Amino acid sequence: MRHIISLLMENEAGALSRVAGLFSARGYNIESLTVAPTEDPTLSRMTIVTSGSDSVIEQIIKQLNKLIDVVKVLDLNDGKYIERELMLVKVKATGAFREEMKRMCDIFRGRIIDVADGTFTIELTGSGHKLDAFLEGLGQTAILETVRTGASGIGRGDRILKV
Amino acid sequence: MADSAHPHQITGAEIVIRCLDQENVQYVFGYPGGAVLHIYDAIYKQDHFKHILVRHEQAAVHAADAFARATGEVGVALVTSGPGATNAITGIATAYMDSIPLVVISGQVPVPAIGLDAFQEVDMVGITRPCVKHNFLVKDVKDIASTIKKAFHIAKTGRPGPVVVDIPKDITAHKTEFIYPDTVEMRSYNPVTKGHSGQIKKAIKLLMEAKRPMVYTGGGVVLGDASEAMVKLVKALGVPVTNTLMGLGGYPSTDKQFVGMLGMHGTYEANMAMQECDVLLAVGARFDDRVIGNPNHFYSKDRTIIHVDIDPSSISKRVKVHVPIVGEVKSVLAEMNELVAAEPPQPSAALKAWWAQIDAWRGKLCLSYDKSSSLIKPQYVIEKLWEVTKGEAYVTSDVGQHQMWAAQYYKFDKPRRWINSGGLGTMGVGLPYAMGCQFADPSAQVACVTGEGSIQMNIQELSTCKQYHLPIKIILLNNRYLGMVRQWQEFFYENRYSESYMDSLPDFVKLAESYGHVGMNIEKPADVEGALSDAFAMKDRLVFMNFITDQKENVFPMIEAGKGLSEMILSQNIDAEDL
Ligand SMILES: Cc1ncc(C[n+]2csc(CCOP(=O)(O)OP(=O)(O)O)c2C)c(N)n1
Repeated sequence: MRHIISLLMENEAGALSRVAGLFSARGYNIESLTVAPTEDPTLSRMTIVTSGSDSVIEQIIKQLNKLIDVVKVLDLNDGKYIERELMLVKVKATGAFREEMKRMCDIFRGRIIDVADGTFTIELTGSGHKLDAFLEGLGQTAILETVRTGASGIGRGDRILKV
Repeated sequence: MADSAHPHQITGAEIVIRCLDQENVQYVFGYPGGAVLHIYDAIYKQDHFKHILVRHEQAAVHAADAFARATGEVGVALVTSGPGATNAITGIATAYMDSIPLVVISGQVPVPAIGLDAFQEVDMVGITRPCVKHNFLVKDVKDIASTIKKAFHIAKTGRPGPVVVDIPKDITAHKTEFIYPDTVEMRSYNPVTKGHSGQIKKAIKLLMEAKRPMVYTGGGVVLGDASEAMVKLVKALGVPVTNTLMGLGGYPSTDKQFVGMLGMHGTYEANMAMQECDVLLAVGARFDDRVIGNPNHFYSKDRTIIHVDIDPSSISKRVKVHVPIVGEVKSVLAEMNELVAAEPPQPSAALKAWWAQIDAWRGKLCLSYDKSSSLIKPQYVIEKLWEVTKGEAYVTSDVGQHQMWAAQYYKFDKPRRWINSGGLGTMGVGLPYAMGCQFADPSAQVACVTGEGSIQMNIQELSTCKQYHLPIKIILLNNRYLGMVRQWQEFFYENRYSESYMDSLPDFVKLAESYGHVGMNIEKPADVEGALSDAFAMKDRLVFMNFITDQKENVFPMIEAGKGLSEMILSQNIDAEDL
């Protein structure tokens, strides 16, 4: 099953490579991994999207907790959570495409953040499914380039991951 | 040296020395080189600890590792950057697999040179990441003391393990004030100590009510100094107990409740009891593949498993556990002992019947071997070694058949006496391990049981042994084969002995003599005991004993990789009809 794991770790050189190394050494899947410092600059927050059987996920959580730099780990799937991903898509915007792209962008509540001769760059956030649906809607011929951040997740309500 | 403008400032190298002094380090095993020259200069000027100059960095780490295994203290090794650091890797990985507390200090190229492919630069933190508990690169002289403090703390607390501290050369020349922190505060690292009391109660209830209880203990009992508490519990419950290869000595082997080692080369009775028990208490052990074989076969019988371990990730990793207890084994066992003392178990008919079953299994005499042979049987050498040393020696081994025979036939009654590479299975550890043990306990008898393949992997350490007058006794079970490889080839590759014959062996007696030691060739069974007595009587000499053993002897019982615990192959000496 797909799981989305959040963790707080010391914002130190090499901390990211310890997590990445753990996943590759033990053969765990990584669908996506995002990381950035938090409001407390000594801490980084990471969101890992992975998949595996219950026992594999249990091991992943335990192994992450075992890393010395990791402060806290939370399996967001243990409760209610929200996830969002940011995508930037560069599309063809010539002739008939120009209107079509604007319309698609409105439907999916994206924003055009760069306009050039013959191209638009669209910014879109949402769940991974929404982003997939948008790309499908655009069609292969319209898409020039895409970049996605991978999911970031947060618990709903008073589910808070903090030290 | 303090300079006059900054009277309290000392160099990074001197800080390293002061830190080791603060940690009461007695021995540093190491080898010098460019990146650690400032540190070596500071070593020259100090008398806090003794530096032991090995002949290869791998041996430095192994010796420090054995020192830790024998004493329970943190072992310390010091190596230079680049090749010094890479030579240390096998030692570090070996210690990691067996959860041994080590601090390995490696030199690094100066900070401005890092990343420029400088002479003797390797990314030590990157290379060691998968085989250390943690590692550090120190980039400021002000961080040396707090980093070393943390390194020792991390190495010895929780599930122990090796910690690497990589220190660039320029940092060891910079100066600052030396302040050694009293305590370590790390928000990200707070290992548990006490186990969950409710779970502990539940475990004891299960054990008391069991019809076929069984206790299985591993390296955690030895490393956690919990063997006294373990013995108390097993005695009070009156149950059978087995030890893993790493756990030997955790429970006295000569006690009648001990059913021998379990696993791939475990005893018939231990493996059968593991398979047939209805409640299993696992303590400081991890159900690894060499211990329970195929987990699906293990599942084919129903049993309730209680698992006590300091490391949550060891629990339910290979085998689903019903009552997990995370905590220091010593503290959990103490709590268990209190519960049992408050309500001692009643003798039960079921337990009596279980013991009768175990005694029947014991009746197979699975460790019997041909005693009438005119060739020296390796098992016989180990039995005699046990007699001559009265079971009190530190026994180190390398990896192969000789290791298994040492584990099976030397009856360890005390923890921290059996020193071997269980997890990584590193050939070449035997001699450096013996060095570490002899430094740990200078007046003790130390025997290194080895094979002619393994001993040649760190043979250069005979020179170190000479320099420091280490009176180790090397027990070479010389079968002219990489015996364990040959055994697998005999069983699974139709006797195609591909590259497992050891040709062109040196004359080991002359070799030992050339290093200034005593060498002996022993070729007849009748000479074994006398030779061992003579060797151990030479209390101040290293004696290299070359036992020419039966080339084709195999280790039994054996469970093939992927097979289950009750699917053992037994020695041809044991009648199949008996099974
Ligand atoms: C460094 C290393 N290389 C290879 C092996 C694989 N291996 C395991 S046992 C063995 C044979 C050991 O031969 P020897 O030391 O002569 O001991 P014997 O089995 O004959 O007692 C080998 C090659 C290993 N464990 N370690």
